[in-house]
Amino acid sequence: MEYESVIGLETHVQLNTRTKMWCGCVNEYGADPNTNVCPVCLGLPGVLPVPNAEALRKTALTGFLLNCDVPGYAKWDRKNYFYPDNPKNYQLTQLDFPSTIAGFVEFEFGGGLEKVRINRAHLEEDVGKSFHFSDYSGIDFNRAGVPLLEIVTEPDISSANMACEYLNALKSILEYGAVSDCDMEKGQVRCDVNISVRPEGQQELGEKIEIKNMNSFSGVRRAAEYEIARQIEVLEKGGQLVQETRRWDDDAGITDSMRTKEDAHDYRYFPDPDLMPHRPSEEWLAAIREEVVELPLARKRRLMGQYQLPEGDADVFVGDVALGDYFEEAAKGLKNPKQVANWVINNLRAKLVETETSVADLKFPAAAIGELVGLVESGLINSKIAQGVFAEIFANGKTPAAIVKEKGLSQVSDSSELEAFCREAIEANPGPADDFRNGKEAALNFLKGQVMKASRGKANPQLVGELLAKILNG
Amino acid sequence: MAHSLTIHQLVEQLRAGELSSREATQACLDRVEQVDGRLNAFIRVDAGDALAQADLADQARAAGEDRPLLGVPVAVKDVLAVKDQSLNCASKILGEFNSPYDATVIQKLRDAGAVIFGRLNMDEFAMGSSTENSAFGPTRNPWNTDYIPGGSSGGSAVAVAADECIASLGSDTGGSIRQPAALCGCVGLKPTYGRVSRYGLVAFASSLDQVGPFTKDVRDAATLLQVIAGADERDSTNVPEPVPNYAAALSGGVKGLRIGLPREYQVEGLNPEVKAATDAAVKQLEALGAEVREISLPHTEYAIATYYIIATAEASANLARFEGVRYGARLGGASPEEMNRKTRGAGFGEEVKRRIILGTYVLSSGYYDAYYLRAQKVRTLIRQDFLKAFEEVDLIASPTTPTPAFKIGEKSGDPLQMYLSDIYTISCNLAGLCGISVPCGFSGCGLPMGLQLLGKPFGEPDLLRAAYAYEQATDWHTQRPKLD
Repeated sequence: MEYESVIGLETHVQLNTRTKMWCGCVNEYGADPNTNVCPVCLGLPGVLPVPNAEALRKTALTGFLLNCDVPGYAKWDRKNYFYPDNPKNYQLTQLDFPSTIAGFVEFEFGGGLEKVRINRAHLEEDVGKSFHFSDYSGIDFNRAGVPLLEIVTEPDISSANMACEYLNALKSILEYGAVSDCDMEKGQVRCDVNISVRPEGQQELGEKIEIKNMNSFSGVRRAAEYEIARQIEVLEKGGQLVQETRRWDDDAGITDSMRTKEDAHDYRYFPDPDLMPHRPSEEWLAAIREEVVELPLARKRRLMGQYQLPEGDADVFVGDVALGDYFEEAAKGLKNPKQVANWVINNLRAKLVETETSVADLKFPAAAIGELVGLVESGLINSKIAQGVFAEIFANGKTPAAIVKEKGLSQVSDSSELEAFCREAIEANPGPADDFRNGKEAALNFLKGQVMKASRGKANPQLVGELLAKILNG
Repeated sequence: MAHSLTIHQLVEQLRAGELSSREATQACLDRVEQVDGRLNAFIRVDAGDALAQADLADQARAAGEDRPLLGVPVAVKDVLAVKDQSLNCASKILGEFNSPYDATVIQKLRDAGAVIFGRLNMDEFAMGSSTENSAFGPTRNPWNTDYIPGGSSGGSAVAVAADECIASLGSDTGGSIRQPAALCGCVGLKPTYGRVSRYGLVAFASSLDQVGPFTKDVRDAATLLQVIAGADERDSTNVPEPVPNYAAALSGGVKGLRIGLPREYQVEGLNPEVKAATDAAVKQLEALGAEVREISLPHTEYAIATYYIIATAEASANLARFEGVRYGARLGGASPEEMNRKTRGAGFGEEVKRRIILGTYVLSSGYYDAYYLRAQKVRTLIRQDFLKAFEEVDLIASPTTPTPAFKIGEKSGDPLQMYLSDIYTISCNLAGLCGISVPCGFSGCGLPMGLQLLGKPFGEPDLLRAAYAYEQATDWHTQRPKLD
């Protein structure tokens, strides 16, 4: 029998707000333990939460980026559970009226386009972080109260690889919207996976098993691969699967049972009486809609259509937004944007890598690249010279025209001047000249090289070839 | 003696230079020294700190400053956070905890120039009606120390009634200001929900809690409310309604004011002396020009059950933070669970545990709809009862409590009987109204009784106006327990 897997993901993403969700403490990673804390995020007696407007805004923005609805009413609930890193021993979250609902993420996968529906992206608060030492434990509450978005998919994912691609797509969308820094190593993205398997063709879903504790996207892929295989094996051997939560052991590459449905927590959710429901106004939503940026997939399609770029170039400009924006600026009004893309990808990007700088550090405007391409295309300089000119632009920010003029680099296209060079070359190299006359066309290249050398690279190579042939052919 | 003055009397003398804040504060300290051994109203008094604040107030006054409470000693219930002072909520579980911040109402008191004077006893975490549930021992009624002072703000009522301070702050979740005020013979006002910031008030039931004043007369209640009321960006449930001038409202009189008497409040268990006293008080208001009529609040009988579901549910989560991890008295264990169990098992008193268990139960999977959700619906009905009644009347009058104070220990073994003593006060919190209790007589054995007036949301001016008119026509508020 053939089996198919059904996968849904719950992804927790830290919003990159300036301050925490309920207080004015700075939201930053890497500070000394318990330095970004205050009575509110420590859950001291008597404190009250006040919602962070930036977090509400970024949540709605994320909703729009994920094609979600942003309902006119959202509320906060307390999720009750005791854990030392949970300062109030309840977590503020959104149970039945989340800030955003019913969206989707589109991404390329397996040569086609896939769409994974988003059930909801709701806002909650992060907890502290426990550290265990030899004979005691410590908790760092710097992370406690950091705004956390939980993005829940419908069970639309059918393989481990697809899960991984969905995550990559989600990450780039959130980065595009600048709502999260999405740094996995800093724990800014965390993911739980719900997996079930069923015989192909069966309508009802198999027992849902939740996998926790993956700390990379590849971990998610490996955990899902392992779990799908494990579940199929259980069924094939005639065994039964039960609804449970399992823990991924990355080193061993296996999942272990943590708890079954029977001993699942009763979180005793109820509406938080300290917070008023959030009722977004039309004006507020309209202002946020203004901030919606073009998504990666749309950008790729547009770059390929508008500039006739090959997929590889478009991918580069989707992966590096700043470089892509720079390209678009440079290509403005030019007839051959592909040439501009080549310069940006092959020369500019290489230079940036070499000098460990970024587009923001550039000393010259994007138009300079377009100008340089224009100089080559019009035959004023050849591409070899252009490389040198680019190095100059990059180093000191001068315009290409100024450099060409200053250094006398313009291509020699004056036939009388070039003819003199050609005749000199023929006289000095009778052998190759004869070879050409005897029909060995390749000999012309040697002579051409001599002319280029004599002109210090400034000769128009095409014109040189034509002149040499004309003289030799008498 | 300075300690027996009202706020307005003391301020007048301070302004006239007849008395200094140091003298007034010292008089209160002496009074505490003299009587609090018998009453146990205070959990802690820092004399040095109080006198230092008094000296600063005197200096400020000498420099020409004048603020509403400049130099006036105001004591606070042990549920309000005062920077660098202990904060115990009359529980063992907070151990040696000192608050690193001021509650908003404390900041407002400081801004008004008050001397923050001592921490007052209460039922643990404001759970109780007798101030017997305190880890610091019971507070006693100054009119007869065999009797309870009411609760949960028993210390706040006693300190004012026994002239141990000029005024005090308490908190009211289901009657915790009005009930002890009635049983101790002082004025207690519960503001409309959202009128006073809850930031720094340790939460018992967040949707019901409200901070309010205990004072020796109605004018002082207006003064103290004026100081603590108003918007606070730290409290999202605070309502940005403009704060009216409460002192100006006092002089309006009750002519034409419509006062309703709820038919459903004539319950079995209403003490005849209390009934007689409140009937007489209503007659008095009528004589002053108020129009009295019967009204109906049909869902009254569900109020106590509704209250004990909603309040305990909220409390079960609010009190979850007390587990010794970040602060308070911690008992060790081999696992976080064991540490929790030991710390909370030893730290909380019986009533607090009872309510946490009840609240945990009503929120549990499978019971939520039948209890919590239904209680929320009934709460809406109760609120609608009142809003409907307030279309016909301006105020509602009733006894504050069904009986005068009972004896210490009399009901502590019977929580349900104890809960019934809040029958007239509880609905006000469920409906988000404002209410006041003013002295309206004494029982045969010399215990005070209170008249409760309830007003519509943000109807404090009407409340104060009627209470003041009644008070001016009577002299109950001038009587003091004999403790000398």
